[in-house]
Amino acid sequence: MDVRSQIAMVFHLDKCIGCHTCSIACKNIWTDRKGAEYMWWNNVETKPGTGYPTKWEDQDIYKGGWKKNGKEKISLRGSGKYKGLLNIFHNPHLPVLDDYYEPWTYKYLDLIESPAGDDQPTARPVSLVTGKPLDIKSGPNWDDDLSGTPEYARRDPNLENLSKAEQEAMFQLEKMAMFYLPRICNHCLNPACVASCPSGAIYKRGEDGVVLINQKVCRAWRMCVTACPYKKSYYNWNTGKSEKCILCYPRLEAGHAPACMHSCVGRIRYLGVLLYDADKIEEAASVSDEELIDSQLDLILDPFDEEVIRNAKENGVADSTIKAAQTSPVYKFVKEWGLALPLHAEYRTLPMLFYVPPMLPVMASLSTTDDSGQAVKLDPIAKFWDKNHRYDTTSKTIMQTVEQARFPVKYMANLFGTGNEEKLIEVLKKQLAVRVHRRHVTVGDVDAGLTNDTLNEVKLTAEIADDIYRLTSLAKFDDRFNIPPAHREQAIEMLENAGDTKGSTGFGFKETPQRGL
Amino acid sequence: MTPFNVIFFIALPYAALLMFFVGTIYRYKATKFKFSSLSSQFLETRKLYWGSVPFHWGILFLFFGHLIAFLFPSSILAWNQQPVRLIILEVSAFVGGVVTLLGLINLFYRRLTDARLRKVTSLIDILLEALLITEIFLGLWVAFGYRWGSSWFATVLSPYLKSIFTFSPNIDAVVMLPFIIQLHIILAFVIFLIIPFTRLVHVLVYPLSYLWRPYQKVIWNWDRKQIRSTQTKWTIHKPRNN
Ligand code: SF4
Ligand code: SF4
Repeated sequence: MDVRSQIAMVFHLDKCIGCHTCSIACKNIWTDRKGAEYMWWNNVETKPGTGYPTKWEDQDIYKGGWKKNGKEKISLRGSGKYKGLLNIFHNPHLPVLDDYYEPWTYKYLDLIESPAGDDQPTARPVSLVTGKPLDIKSGPNWDDDLSGTPEYARRDPNLENLSKAEQEAMFQLEKMAMFYLPRICNHCLNPACVASCPSGAIYKRGEDGVVLINQKVCRAWRMCVTACPYKKSYYNWNTGKSEKCILCYPRLEAGHAPACMHSCVGRIRYLGVLLYDADKIEEAASVSDEELIDSQLDLILDPFDEEVIRNAKENGVADSTIKAAQTSPVYKFVKEWGLALPLHAEYRTLPMLFYVPPMLPVMASLSTTDDSGQAVKLDPIAKFWDKNHRYDTTSKTIMQTVEQARFPVKYMANLFGTGNEEKLIEVLKKQLAVRVHRRHVTVGDVDAGLTNDTLNEVKLTAEIADDIYRLTSLAKFDDRFNIPPAHREQAIEMLENAGDTKGSTGFGFKETPQRGL
Repeated sequence: MTPFNVIFFIALPYAALLMFFVGTIYRYKATKFKFSSLSSQFLETRKLYWGSVPFHWGILFLFFGHLIAFLFPSSILAWNQQPVRLIILEVSAFVGGVVTLLGLINLFYRRLTDARLRKVTSLIDILLEALLITEIFLGLWVAFGYRWGSSWFATVLSPYLKSIFTFSPNIDAVVMLPFIIQLHIILAFVIFLIIPFTRLVHVLVYPLSYLWRPYQKVIWNWDRKQIRSTQTKWTIHKPRNN
């Protein structure tokens, strides 16, 4: 057993309001530079939709992630030792600037400086690459909130195995639903970006599992951009180096939450330590598609287990980190409660960002009722649904509606369940049970028997349901982010020794003032 | 031994060698961030294919062809003893040259005409590409105009280059060569000389080691087996594993 610690995350999708605050926080800190303008280390996309870069999930185009060959082995889909080195002169699967968008700004000064004339001056858009006026064809979140549905939402790669009828049903105006999917680098346990880098510039930090690119070793071979199935490694066209989310490691080391998480308005984000068994990584990534999620979750170890703790200590994991693993909100969501699932586990990178799938379409399903009483109350010119249909939000029938949700479970399963609907239904039912239970506690219009039945069906107790409710809805900052100290007394920024550098450099120094020959 | 000959066939190669080693090593140590192939595929990919692929494979072929002729002249001469084999060698080398040249011209044209690429093109890039085009063109001229270069390279140039590397320069033979061939040689030295100042440094860091390293890479900032041990001595030095 090779016990290591990993900073892992949970995003609770039901709580995301799609405000993009996270993206802006990240952009302002890290990617507001020449060559990085187009990068969104954190982006929030509307689902269904084609995402960013467009159609990133379609691995027939981008060839990201690992694929399973035959019985045992997995290999990188579009790169790797031989393919990578052969394609080094021209990488046929590289997403190019237009697959993201051409970044631009406006010539604001023209509004003030233009000479007086008959026409109102305008601020023309100019490309941040060429500096030339630009005809904007797409931009970040071009398909936000389902805009341009025929072009974007309908081409979502996750719709592929849905039948025509199912797809049509999804896009009926009255039934259309959507949710937001915030994405950052998953800091995977089996990162394809690391494996694909010919220079060996990308590495995973042993201490906390953050995946980083050494900017001094990257040589612009661009293989990581192809290999990352989530397209979370970006090529900086100006510096000629690839860059990616660094999980705000300077903040982490100082005990702060990453900027995107700190600023999250919906408070959807949780961050904490998981202990895992590094010996089993390859094995876990090589099982069949159906077993992938379970095998990934099996990697995560019980932080209370004596054996695990002993092994962790032998491996240099600090006590504070073990403690953090025991109180980790991520461990609760992922392992204890089984509420959070990895996104596209079938890419086999073992992502360490987990999502609680959204339930919104379940709560309100269209049902036939006699609604005449309701209609009377309505203003005659107000629009309302067909008299005999209305949104059914009664808790009595809720449990039956999970499978027949407005948002097909099949679609969700393509995102979070490697296509396995059972997995999704299980998670959604658990969430529903918590809601039924809370409704019983707070509103009281659900009877105790039904509440017990629903809880029993998903093997939850009232106490656990309350815990889930608390961490989901009431959690304070410190409950959501449980960040162990990086033990800076051992090293500044974990890379340099405090004794070597303390007080030695400052403004104007390029070279460490070291004793001469 | 005119001054011309001394400058271009003795001074220049040594200047080039010195500059190459000192310059690249210094740059690698001091400005490692700038060691990059500076790929522009992200900004333009379609035209790049028709330039980069033929150019790179072609130049590799030509480079190793020259290298083999330099290192093993006798084996080249032995191979060339049969006219058919000589012709096969010469024709494939010539075709390789043409492919390289076409690729490079494509690259040059692409770089000059694409608005996005202009933004990532420096003066030295243009100079380098112009130099390479001239050099390859001259090479083709030599191959065509002064037939069976593979043979006379082995008998005339290999000894000359060897004399340079053994620090006993002997230029008796080179000075007799036609001017076009001399120009080809001189330009080659110039290109070597400017390598440290160009993106050509990426050749030196071609990631062959990828072939034998394990796929995954984990870096520990401290020795994890020792950090919790009370036996470990306190040290003020950086851990050695990064
Ligand atoms: S999400 Fe992509 S960039 Fe991040 S660790 Fe995984 S493979 Fe690498
Ligand atoms: S800040 Fe939070 S709520 Fe807002 S879009 Fe980002 S993840 Fe969603």
